[in-house]
Parts: sequence; C-alpha cells; structure tokens
Amino acid sequence: MRLLKLVPDNTNIGFVAMRKWAFALTALLTLAAVAAVGVRGLHMGVDFVGGLMIEARFTEKPSMDKLRGDIDSLGVGNGTLQQFGDPNTVSIRLPLPEEGGEGASNAVVAKVKAELTKSYPGVIFTRYDTVSGKVSGELVQKGVLAVMLAVIGIAIFSWFRYEWQFGVSTFVAIMHDVLMTLGFFAITQLEFDLNIIAAVLTIVGYSINDKMVIDDRIRENMRKYRKMDMKALIDLSVNETLPRTVMTSVTVMLALGALLIFGGHVLRGFTAAMMLGIVVGTYSSVYVSSSLLISLGLTPESAMRKSKVADVAKGAERIGSNEG
Amino acid sequence: MLDFPRWKIWLIVSSLVVGVLLSVPTFFPERIYNQLPSFLQAKVNLGLDLSGGSHILLEANPAEVAKQRLENMEEQVRTELRRGDPKIAIGDISRRDGKLAFMVRDPSQVDAAVERIRPLTQGAGLTGQRDFNVEVVDSSTIVLTPTQAGIDTAVNQAMDVAKEVIDRRINEMGTREPTIIRQGSNRIVVQVPGLQDPAELKNLLGQTAKLEFKLVDIGANPAEVAQGRAPVGSEILPYPDNPSGVPVIAVKRQVMVSGEELIDAQQGFDQQNNQPVVNIRFNGAGGRKFGRVTSENVNRPFAIILDGKVLSAPNINEPILGGSAQISGNFTVKTADQLAIALRSGKLPVALTVVEERTVGPDLGADSIRSGIIASAIATAAVLTFMFLSYGRFGLYANLAVVINIFVILGVMALMNATLTLPGIAGFVLTIGTAVDANVLVNERIREERRRGRSVLQSIEFGYKEASRTIFEANVTHAIAGGIMFMLGSGPVKGFAVVLLIGIATSVYTAVVFTRMLVSLWVRRHRPTEIHI
Repeated sequence: MRLLKLVPDNTNIGFVAMRKWAFALTALLTLAAVAAVGVRGLHMGVDFVGGLMIEARFTEKPSMDKLRGDIDSLGVGNGTLQQFGDPNTVSIRLPLPEEGGEGASNAVVAKVKAELTKSYPGVIFTRYDTVSGKVSGELVQKGVLAVMLAVIGIAIFSWFRYEWQFGVSTFVAIMHDVLMTLGFFAITQLEFDLNIIAAVLTIVGYSINDKMVIDDRIRENMRKYRKMDMKALIDLSVNETLPRTVMTSVTVMLALGALLIFGGHVLRGFTAAMMLGIVVGTYSSVYVSSSLLISLGLTPESAMRKSKVADVAKGAERIGSNEG
Repeated sequence: MLDFPRWKIWLIVSSLVVGVLLSVPTFFPERIYNQLPSFLQAKVNLGLDLSGGSHILLEANPAEVAKQRLENMEEQVRTELRRGDPKIAIGDISRRDGKLAFMVRDPSQVDAAVERIRPLTQGAGLTGQRDFNVEVVDSSTIVLTPTQAGIDTAVNQAMDVAKEVIDRRINEMGTREPTIIRQGSNRIVVQVPGLQDPAELKNLLGQTAKLEFKLVDIGANPAEVAQGRAPVGSEILPYPDNPSGVPVIAVKRQVMVSGEELIDAQQGFDQQNNQPVVNIRFNGAGGRKFGRVTSENVNRPFAIILDGKVLSAPNINEPILGGSAQISGNFTVKTADQLAIALRSGKLPVALTVVEERTVGPDLGADSIRSGIIASAIATAAVLTFMFLSYGRFGLYANLAVVINIFVILGVMALMNATLTLPGIAGFVLTIGTAVDANVLVNERIREERRRGRSVLQSIEFGYKEASRTIFEANVTHAIAGGIMFMLGSGPVKGFAVVLLIGIATSVYTAVVFTRMLVSLWVRRHRPTEIHI
C-alpha cells in the first residue's frame, strides 16, 4: 500500500531568505487587523457589554423587519436582531432596564415572550442571557488577564528553557496570532463572547506547541552541526519538521471542520476562530518565529553556553543521544 | 526497545482498562445508573448548556450589610445605656459616615459608658478582633467606628445564612438537584437544571421576605404624610395599593411582631371575599405579643410590611389571640404561594440582586448534545482515516490510542465528577485532533531516521526517544495555557479547560507509552526488515 505523504521527502525551501518579505507582509496584515479592530470594533456579546439576550426559534423563517417592528413597538429599548445558526432562529439583544432590578428585566423578558407568542404561534425560547454591567466588566478584565498571562507565562517558560531569543520570537509570533484573530472578528463582526476567549487561549496553546517543536529541532541541530551557518540551520530545521507541521495542522483542521459543519450553531463562532487561529499559528511558526531568531542574533555559541548548563542539569541522557 | 518487561505491559494495559471502565457508567441510561452500587455511581455531569436549566449569579451589597449592622449596634447601645442599670443619659445617636456617634449628657459618666459599650463590640470570631473601635472625642462624645474585619465577618455570616435560606426556598419550590455555591466574598451562584422559566425563581430569590407588623399612626396629619413628613416615633412607608389613593402611609416605628417569630406560612383564601391570602402562625412568644398588641388596639389599623413596603393595613376588629393571622394584599394565588414559601424559609439577611443569568431551554440543550456527538464521531472518523492513510500500521496503532484516549478522558472526568459543557465538547473534538500530534511527531521522526539510513529497529528507537522530549516540552506549554484558562476562566471557559487539561495528560500517555508498547510487541514478534511508514 502506498502511504499518503502531504509533504515530499527532503524538502529544501528557503524560508529564511524570504524573511524580509514575510516580515513586511506580516507586519502589514497585523497592522490591518489592529486597524480593523480600531475602526469597526468588535461585536461584543452580552458577556462583555452587559445586556439581555433572548434566543427564539420560530416555526418558519420570520421576516426580520416585521420582527424588529414588533419588538420596537414594545418600548423596551433598542433591540438588535441577528439570525443565529439556522434561518428560523433569531437572537434578540436588548439593553438592560436601567433601574428596577430583576423585576424589571423579568418584565422585559415577559413582554417580549408574550408579544412573540401572540404574533408567531409555535415559537419557542431556547436561551436567555442577562449580564449586568458590573459582571460583564469583570469578565472583560478576566479574559484579557487570562490571555496576557498565558502569552507571558509561555514566553517566560521558553526563555528559561532556551535562550532569550526563543522567548522573544515566540512572544512576537503569539501576539501576532492573537491580533490576527481579533482582526478576523472585527472584519466578520461575528459575536465576540466568553467562548471566543477560550478559543483565543487555545490558539495560543496550539501555536506555542507548534513553535516548540520547531525550536526544539533548531536546538538539536545547533548541537549537531556546530559549524553550520545559522540561516542554513534554521532552514534545515523548519524543512525537517515541515511534514509534521502540515500533518498536525491537517488533522486538527479535519476535527474542527467536523465541528464547524455539524457542531451546532452555538459553537460556530468559536470553531471559526479556532480554525483561523490554526492557519495563522502555523504560518507564524514557519515564517515569523524561526526567522526572527536570526534577526535577534541567535548564534550557535550562545546556544552552547546555555545548553551546557541544561545538559549538566538533565544528566547524561541528552549527551548520549548526541552521537549521530 | 524490544525490552518491554511483562510487568510494564500489565501496568500499562490495566491502567487503560481502568480508565475505560470508569467511563462506562456515564453511558448507562439514568434508570439503570440509579440501580448501580454507589461506588460505581461516578459519571460525567452535563453542564446546564447541555441539560438545559438556569444559572443565576446573585450579589449582595456589602454596604447594606454594614448599614444593618450599624442599625443593630445603635439599638444595642440604646438598650444598654438608656434602659440598663444604672441609666446613662445620652443624646441622639448619629449614624453619619458609617459611624455611630452620641453625646453622654453627664461628662462624669463617659468612662462608665465606654466600659459598658466595650463588651458589645467584641467580635464573634476567635481572633480577638473587635467589630467596632470605641473612641471618646471632645471628652463627652463617644464614637463607634466599625472595623473592616468586623464588616468582613458580618458579610461572610450574612452570605452563609443567605445560602441556607436560598437552599430552603428552592427546595420548597420542589425543584430537583439545585447547586448553590458561594462565590467570592459576596456572591452566590444558583444552578437549577431543567428549569425552563427562571422568572419565578428570580422573583423568589429577589424577595428579602422581611416581614413586620406595625401599628398605623392614625394621629398623623394626612397632608404631611403625603409630603413624606412623619411625626416623632413614626415613619413614612410606601403603600402602593393604598385604597385612599395616597401611595404612602405613616406607621409607628416600633415593631409589634416580626417574621422571625413565624413558625408556618401557607397560601390560602380569605373566607369573606375568597381572595388569595397567606395564613401565618406565630411561635408562642410571637403569638402572645401579637395577642397583647391587638387587644390593646382594637378598632385601629395595623400595617403588614414586607421588605419595607406596606402590603395592606387591615383594621383590628377583635383581639387576635390564637397565634395565627392572615396576610392580605393584592395577591394572585401564585404570588401568595411565593410569599408563603419565602416566609417559611426565613428572611434573607441581606438583599440579593441578580447580576448574571443564563438559561438554556431543554430543546437547545438536547440539540447541542446531538450535534456534539455527531461532530465528535465525524471528527474521529476523519482523523482515523487520515492517520491510517498516512502511516499504515503505525497509523492504526495511533488510532487505537486515540479511541482509547476518548474513553479514558471520559473516565477521568467521571472520576473527578467533572462537568461536560458545550465548549467542553469542543475541547474534546480539539483533543482528538491534537492527540495524534504526538504520534505524528514520533512517526515523522521514524521516517526521517529511516531516510538517514538507520536500521528499522534503531529508527523506531530513535524516533520515540527524540520525539518524546519534544512532545513533553510542547505539551508543558500547552498545559500552561490550559491551566490559566482553568484558574481564571468562568463558566464555559472553565469547562473547556477541564477537558483540555485532562486530554493533554491522557493523550501523551496513550500516544507515547501505549503505542510504543504496541510497536515494540509487533517488532519483537515479526522482526521486520523493512517498515512502511
């Protein structure tokens, strides 16, 4: 049986030679992403801005204009309607009543329910979310903190484990991934909610995983080929790990693809974010973080010094595997 | 490589068998599951987004607790000094700036007054921390300043009581299996699976249910009352259903009898007009007090006050001596029933407001489970096929590891009594995708080593050895991200992190240790001279 090979054996792509172009393109795209967030903003879910969300499933596709009119006529504030998942499901966003406590928000929900049940017989209400401004503020804070801690924590880990250049290049590449994901949400105006924070953290985790594999190979080769030019060495390492990089991205994309198509509408934004993150993360492993090592002045000598310390600490295991 | 001692094989196989077996009870239908012996009753719980239900986050305002404490303290000080023996005459007690301040009329009694107040300010805790600091200002004014520790203790106690009260109220509603957890210093999370319409629950939890009976001040000037001015010893309270049309009423400050002295409350109907009412019964002391006050005030009205609002102000037609009474008001059967529940379960020590609420209907939950299962199955099938096509026999080994891994994750979750949420399912699907990463790393490395001209055996050995180090480092960083999500995440993020963390641990084990065993057993038996990889 002939086995499937996505990447031919012994590729020799000059990734490092392209780095100037890659950096320029990456910088441009990242700026564009940041600009998109600045200009269009993120379509924040009730999790992050507070408010009231009612999800209703109708027996047939409702006319959005009529629905909007029906809800506006209730005098419960400016509603935002959005089709959600299948055509029959609509999510209705309303501001929280400013005073009156839970009684007031209950009243709003009751009013909307009564009106819709009357005008659209057979409608069912599948979900309500009410988040007060105070809680949503905390959720934003916690979300931002979680992402920052993850990025910094991991950069510190790779700095301790390897040379500082690895820490910095990983940090830059991860920030790029996060910003690109935010840009994606600004452009598509998909709802940005708590689940998306989980997606961003997963992207961070995955992307790190990817970079670690390449970084690990670079270090291995630095010990193996002490005289080799750094550019050639990084090219060699990226090429050697390329089959794995592609294979793993494909398997993850297959799994996420299944989730996107069959996983139901609630998870759709989450999955879309993750798929984009995998693509961006893989790109940044190959083009950004490894090439950046050269610009940061990583040399075989600097690696030798640190690896001696690490090897002594780790015992003879590594030296033993050094012979080929 | 070939040296795989028998005990090691046994250890690996039996650990995986245990892991898989742990997941089995989760798949039993509820009816069978409930008949299992209790040590087998460990399964993965479904989060509210999958089972349907309500999640409600309640918050108390610590300032309100502090204010109540100040009022209580004022009452205690007044009783101790004015009514105690010997009497110490003091001026009006001010509650400005969250402190109690008052003048002692006779300066020679200041020290004695401080002496008498001190014991009142001793905290209940064992730390010896005082709840209030007592100071003398300008040689005749005593100031009581609450300490932060005292306020914290009070908030903590109030929240503990509130949690119990909520527990009783929800049980009275007949709702099954609620989860009530304190969160942070002043919040309570209530989760009720299967609840479709949380409005009723929110109304119930939103009621403090502080019930008081006070006499109506019939001597008050109606014009002044309407303007909000009360005679000395009386106060103005809102009375939305006042038949006279004025939405306020003047009542005496002194409490005749309060809700604390209730022993029962039931919804019923008024015998004359058939309106829904709440019938209440007092304990012995409460009944006697109520009897005495009603005998002294026949033909005068009294006010029934709930959470600072007057519900109704009926006339005392005759002394009410039996220890029971009727609360009338503008009730429906449902609101009367809710009030009865609230009164039976006691008053909340502090008002709670809903700051977050999430409700998922059972239809959406069932949909999510169905689509989650379909997506997982398709994702698994796609990944398995792809791995087999890419690595042949080695792919099959990896696939076996992935399938076992799925069950082991469920098993570990069941053991930990973890909750599976919708993002958790996403974490599951993602884990299926990343679990093969370890095998991809190993297999690609074996391919590479073969290309470099190593023998079959050496390639396999090197492949596992070199890749293991990479796998370990890559997964440590992955786990850092997962750990941060778990610590900081709330709700959905946490559910996702749980699955991710368990998945990282189990997938490294199954993908590295288990497949290595399979490969080495195969190599030992067949001694292949060439491998397809």
